Amino acid sequence: MTNSFRTSTGGRVNRELPLSFQFDGTPYSGYAGDTLASALLANGKHDIASSIKFGRPRGVFAAGPEDPSGVIQIEEPFPEPMLMASTVELYDGLVASGLPGQGWLADRPDPARYDAVHHHCDLLVVGAGPAGLSAALTGARAGARVVLVDSLSEAGGSLLGSTEVIDGRPALEWVESVTAELDEHPDVLHLQRATAFGCYDDGFALALENRTDHLGGAADPDDTRQRVWRIRAQYLVIATGAHERPVVFNDNDRPGIMLAASARTFLHRFGVLAGGRAVLFTTNDSAYAAAFDLSDAGVTIVAVADSRAQVSERLQDGCVRRGIALHTGHVVSGTDGDRRVESVDIAALTGDNEVGQAERVAADLLLVSGGWNPAVHLFSQARGRLRYDDGIGAFVPAEDLEQGRAVGAAAGHFGLADALRDGASAAAAALGPTATAAVTEHQVDDLVEAPSAVLWSVPGSGETGMAFVDLQRDATTQDVLRAVGAGLRSVEHVKRYTTIGTGLDQGKTSGVVTSGIIADALGVGVAELGVTTYRPPYTPVAFAALAGRNRGQLLDPVRLTPTHVWALTRGAEFENVGQWKRAWYFPREGESMDGAVARECRAAREGVAFMDGSTLGKIDVQGPGAGELLDRIYTNMMSTLKVGRARYGVMCGADGMVVDDGTVIRLADEHFLLTTTTGNAASVLETMEEWLQTEWPELRVHLTSVTEHWATFPVVGPKSREVIAALVPDLDVSNDAFGFMTWRDAEIAGVPVRIVRISFSGELAYEVNVSAWHAMAVWRAIAEAGRPHGITPYGTETMHVLRAEKGFPIIGQDTDATMTPQDLGMSWVVSKKKEDFVGKRSFTRLENQREDRKQLVGLLPQDPSVLLPEGGQVIETADLPEAPVRMLGHVTSSYHSATSGCTFALAVVRGGRDRLGETLYVPMNGTPVPVTVSDTVLYDKEGARRDG
Amino acid sequence: MQLIPCPWCGPREEVEFHYGGQAHVAYPAAPADLSDREWAEYVFFRDNPKGLFAERWVHSTGCRRWFNAIRDTGTHDFRAVYRPNEPKPVIS
Ligand SMILES: [Zn+2]
Repeated sequence: MTNSFRTSTGGRVNRELPLSFQFDGTPYSGYAGDTLASALLANGKHDIASSIKFGRPRGVFAAGPEDPSGVIQIEEPFPEPMLMASTVELYDGLVASGLPGQGWLADRPDPARYDAVHHHCDLLVVGAGPAGLSAALTGARAGARVVLVDSLSEAGGSLLGSTEVIDGRPALEWVESVTAELDEHPDVLHLQRATAFGCYDDGFALALENRTDHLGGAADPDDTRQRVWRIRAQYLVIATGAHERPVVFNDNDRPGIMLAASARTFLHRFGVLAGGRAVLFTTNDSAYAAAFDLSDAGVTIVAVADSRAQVSERLQDGCVRRGIALHTGHVVSGTDGDRRVESVDIAALTGDNEVGQAERVAADLLLVSGGWNPAVHLFSQARGRLRYDDGIGAFVPAEDLEQGRAVGAAAGHFGLADALRDGASAAAAALGPTATAAVTEHQVDDLVEAPSAVLWSVPGSGETGMAFVDLQRDATTQDVLRAVGAGLRSVEHVKRYTTIGTGLDQGKTSGVVTSGIIADALGVGVAELGVTTYRPPYTPVAFAALAGRNRGQLLDPVRLTPTHVWALTRGAEFENVGQWKRAWYFPREGESMDGAVARECRAAREGVAFMDGSTLGKIDVQGPGAGELLDRIYTNMMSTLKVGRARYGVMCGADGMVVDDGTVIRLADEHFLLTTTTGNAASVLETMEEWLQTEWPELRVHLTSVTEHWATFPVVGPKSREVIAALVPDLDVSNDAFGFMTWRDAEIAGVPVRIVRISFSGELAYEVNVSAWHAMAVWRAIAEAGRPHGITPYGTETMHVLRAEKGFPIIGQDTDATMTPQDLGMSWVVSKKKEDFVGKRSFTRLENQREDRKQLVGLLPQDPSVLLPEGGQVIETADLPEAPVRMLGHVTSSYHSATSGCTFALAVVRGGRDRLGETLYVPMNGTPVPVTVSDTVLYDKEGARRDG
Repeated sequence: MQLIPCPWCGPREEVEFHYGGQAHVAYPAAPADLSDREWAEYVFFRDNPKGLFAERWVHSTGCRRWFNAIRDTGTHDFRAVYRPNEPKPVIS
């Protein structure tokens, strides 16, 4: 059976280009230009999937993304779950299978490329049907920057599936002339296979372009498979057409049951006959075109059941001429069949919500049309208000958007003349007189249609048997009635109770029908009930497409210090600190982390060690108001700092809680350089700018981030003085000449450096600052000068042990946003002289005076081999009491001290400073471990080591 | 994604901005003279209206400058933006 349901001529497929594919293990062939759905139907394959709850066979219900049932999995070339057969363009070698409502994800990374492009335009037109083309052409002729996106493989929209005539010529000739003219405008971007899937604020829209799938194996593997277009438009023309709406009846889900216009599309666009013997069930005139065209193409139309009592003479004549039995006032009340519809029950509507005795006719195709729902998804996403139109039984735009408009069928204007006029006038409204002048009138042969009947569900549906409202979710009329019976009144609640509209089709065919059925059940109007919210994406979008290039290495920027490569070649292990990669420790061959850290600590305490501390945030502060600004920001006095000196400082928020700490050095009268913790560099700068700009605009100060401009190398340990002396022979490095908390300019390896006597370890230490461009030369010089003393590179872990042994807190690790300087035992850093600074008034709040505030203390495990877990809770008793257990605080830092030969921790503990010497407990694996509360300084309590 | 009109740069995407809370909450002239209650009013208490609200914003990844805005908290519409030294515009 190959393409036995393909017409001999016609359609937009390329019969010169046959394609092979596999479905459910069976090889098939189709043509270039087919979708997977059209190719399967051409081969007479209708039952392609099974339903999620009941396992019922399901087929292709629609020719577009509104299809709720033709859900498939692509297996090769790369697995992709849950796609609609109607939206998958056929390519050679495609291997796919039908799904039972759920698919499977690939177990390997997607090798395809995805990216994003930003674009700006005057006019974004969504949909290249008659309305959209008319809008785009009018805009282009007016010289506007136009973007036209359309989801199909070629322009034309509904015209591709019809036989319309424009200006006396086939409509597709007009389409061709328009696209050719658009091509010539350099400011027009025309994208096919690009689905606008989201509309957001201020004319922002997202479109997903499928670029390579249809090329199959001929696609360049390096080309971008899918591209997200991020389009910012001055004006948005929504020409997205309309979705045909089904009517609900018993067993309305069998393969071979299809929306009428979709069958017409399969015929005209793909040259595919969806069946051999068909019944049409309609409530409106539009569906007759499908029956007539299929009949003319050789399909036997057994009967037309029209729910209306009367139809126009034109349609009656059309039926008579083709020998089609027309049953007015009739409906389809049920179907039968095994893997596909085999017979259709036609019954008369007998007045008050009942149907008469059904007549069963044999058919393999049932066309259904309950009218049309304008595709208002994007309009509604852009916050356009909808109104219910009783005449067509659908929600239509109630207004123009501030920067856009729905046109043509999307606005509920279903005629071709309306569509052409709508599109042009929207562009004219957006662009003004030049566009108005570009509007062209067209001659079309629009048939005046008789009013539609609005019928959601055939009377009696679901009372016996199953009548499906949402085919994908297997949700029936009975489910809706059960939800209403359970007291649910809102469509949003019924949606969540029944799951209607939550499938990947997002209820395109079921949404309004559901509102109608609820309204009927409650005896209220559809208008007051409304419809569920339309949310992006309009059609499914893979996460890979949204991620674009931001995967793997490109997920997040990586910041490297100047010595990164050096540390790599020395076998350093690294840790992530924000976006920074920092050397964590430098293990020697066969050395454990603990061993390496102990060795690095010993070098710093007994000899000399050096590290790359360049990640410290650095802010350059200049201007006549610099000292005053720092006085207001820091808790201590900075304006009295002398040029040539350094000072440690703490900053608080207005609530008095510590937000950061660091050192400040004064370079000149009106020039300071301050450091922040690595993680707070950006936020400290932003906070300082905030105070400066919003509260103290009178201060003349400039703040500049210089974090990356300066490399910072602490040289630490009792031998560090000898190393610096060797590096800078003419610098007097004696303690008298170059004292603690002072800085000197110098030169190392021919590079200007600034050396600061500060210490984050308690040891004699020099911090060498150098322009990052020349950092490696200086780093190498330090390594060379230190070699006779066994200078040892160390990483962040050793830095942490050294600082914790001295009780220096890390802001953000040993503190959260509830710690004051007093809580940290740093009252000494809070100026008593300054009248005010940020946070000062909060220190005297009653809450901040409480004696049981959590305070930073040291904890010494009574078994010196026990390492407490950071984050471990501190409790009062040796036995774990019944919950709730009173927590006194928690462990914030915990390390082995190689120097002291024990473990130790820092912790925040309620009233901790009054508990020095007490025994408290930290539960580990459910067993409280005894610890002694100590002060925060473990090593060198008298501070004798910092001057060497 | 919304556009926010920076008074210096013009309309830019919202991800470039940080929110700074209610505008026109001046730092008290003499914090030491305030009661705990009055100080807490300054530090912790802010209005939270539905409708027009004068707010502070900063163009963090643009010009880094702070400005004030009148925004409708119900619709997110920016009804006016103005520089810190400019008076709050009257909007009905
Ligand atoms: Zn700006």
